Amino acid sequence: MYRYDEFDSDFVAARVAEFRDQVERRLSGELSEDEFKPLRLMNGVYLQLHAYMLRVAIPYGTLNSRQMRMLGHIADKYDKGYGHFTTRQNIQFNWPKLTDIPDILEELATVEMHAIQSSGNCIRNVTADHFAGVARDEIADPRVYAEILRQWSSIHPEFIFLPRKFKIAITGAEHDRAAIQVHDIGLQLKKNEAGEIGFAVHVGGGQGRTPMIAKLVRDFLPEEDLLAYVEAILRVYNLYGRRDNKYKARIKILVHETGIDVLRKDIEAEFERIRDGALNLPKADIEAIDAHFAQPDWADLPDDSSELEVARRDNPAFARWLANNTREHKAPGHAIVTISLKPAGGPPGDATARQMEVIADLAERYSHDELRISHEQNVILPHVEKRNLKAVYDALAAEHLAPANAGLITDIIACPGLDYCALANARSIPIAQRLSERFADPAREEEIGELKIKISGCINACGHHHVGHIGILGVDRKGEEFYQITLGGSADEATSIGEIVGKGFSTDEIVDAVGKVVDAYLVHRHSKDETFLEAYRRLGQEPFKEALYG
Amino acid sequence: MKIITANRLSDGAVVYLAAEGWLTEITHAAVLNAHDAIEAGLAAAARAVANREIVDTAAIDVTVEDKGPVPVRLRERIRAFGPTIAFGETARAALAA
Repeated sequence: MYRYDEFDSDFVAARVAEFRDQVERRLSGELSEDEFKPLRLMNGVYLQLHAYMLRVAIPYGTLNSRQMRMLGHIADKYDKGYGHFTTRQNIQFNWPKLTDIPDILEELATVEMHAIQSSGNCIRNVTADHFAGVARDEIADPRVYAEILRQWSSIHPEFIFLPRKFKIAITGAEHDRAAIQVHDIGLQLKKNEAGEIGFAVHVGGGQGRTPMIAKLVRDFLPEEDLLAYVEAILRVYNLYGRRDNKYKARIKILVHETGIDVLRKDIEAEFERIRDGALNLPKADIEAIDAHFAQPDWADLPDDSSELEVARRDNPAFARWLANNTREHKAPGHAIVTISLKPAGGPPGDATARQMEVIADLAERYSHDELRISHEQNVILPHVEKRNLKAVYDALAAEHLAPANAGLITDIIACPGLDYCALANARSIPIAQRLSERFADPAREEEIGELKIKISGCINACGHHHVGHIGILGVDRKGEEFYQITLGGSADEATSIGEIVGKGFSTDEIVDAVGKVVDAYLVHRHSKDETFLEAYRRLGQEPFKEALYG
Repeated sequence: MKIITANRLSDGAVVYLAAEGWLTEITHAAVLNAHDAIEAGLAAAARAVANREIVDTAAIDVTVEDKGPVPVRLRERIRAFGPTIAFGETARAALAA
């Protein structure tokens, strides 16, 4: 993975010193809260309901065991012993003291981590397919380009005060695991007829109060033009994006109001002006970054493992975990493991300091020291030899880290909601907990099959409810929590925005309501092979409406 | 009936205006009825902001029950009594049980 060079190290160290000084000036009264707030936000520090919250960037969701151990150490030393992995592939600490944050940032810098640009109206952490570098269907490793974009976007002076925040996602395969069509810019790696690598470029996707699917602005962009083209998009957005109304300030509104054809002309004109300038990416520069993501020295193994087959036959729980939480790896004899942070009744995405330590140990011992955080709030061990899967499973199970539910109905995305977040209108986590308990029976869960529930505690949609197969949005109705159900959302290569199915449900009613939707699916599906989403797209809302309100 | 709340500047903790100053326990919060008393409470909060003790001040509605003031809004009840869910090692221990 990418290692800091001298510039990166000096820059992060200088930024820590600068923020330490800013905190001291705030505490001494030299800076007012109005002056300090934008400075702390630029360093990932929010003030939430109970305390400050620190959001630490995990670039494109990739980290090593040393970094995961540091996150556990920070949880243990400065917080309440846990952290929350987010839909942005980052981690949030919910209880740090402002006076401790400079020390936390200093400790993070020792493992090449920081919180810069994890908030504010700037280009945020670039996200990527969590199976990057190991997926069998991958065209190229998206982390290489995500890293190039990270370097370009870090304190880019022109784009530090954009009309609004800006999120870029990138996938290396045709099957989109990075939700690129609901990002400000979505990049899909592809090859042209000559076999050259480039990108399909999508612009103007997003969730929040106005969900929109990104529009294709370029079908094939050569890789050498990546930075020039992205810079051209940002320039057009910076120039024309609205600054008078924060709810209309994202690029998706500009795309919607201007029209993609008009905007494309502006982007292409700016691109033509700058394309052969300093932002042109020479092959050698791409290769230099690519070298940081060189494949580990995978053992030469047969694809089948006799030890694994014996363990699978003898242990049904392990067999279930294998079926749901492991995926095919590029290298024969290896597997990609999803560590589910979604135990029945647990808060989605949370991991304790001890669990982080255990995960770091497993990465070091069994996964070439690599880990990924998925936007679905799970942790990935990308390179596990099949013969070691049972040992990994046993170690995970001992720490309640082996729910066999990746991609199933209890693998729920949920934002922190009103239990933590100052913006939320309703709680998300307790709903996720109750749903995961309701559907905890493994046989029933497998009978239901692939079904993604996503829950947000407010219209900002951090819990991605718009793209949940079943989406749940918490609202405040005259002081009471209510939950609105949307159906048919999806964040893959066939992205769709979920449709509101009808009036909302109270806290007491919402779990049963989801149960009715699931029952209706089971009754109406053609067969077990027809997923919930496929059935919904075939049937439309009616049978589900009937089940809920009939 | 209202009480005055804020977050402490140094650590973000939720605090309430009490006779003894800014305290973390809502049970000690001064319950204010009269308009003048609420205005005086907000003025005290403004002084504490200027003195760099607190940020994000608000007067919130409460009812008074046996154990003391209880916020009317769920958001403020969660601020006062903490997340409604177990977290960290407590949540992990609950899974083991």
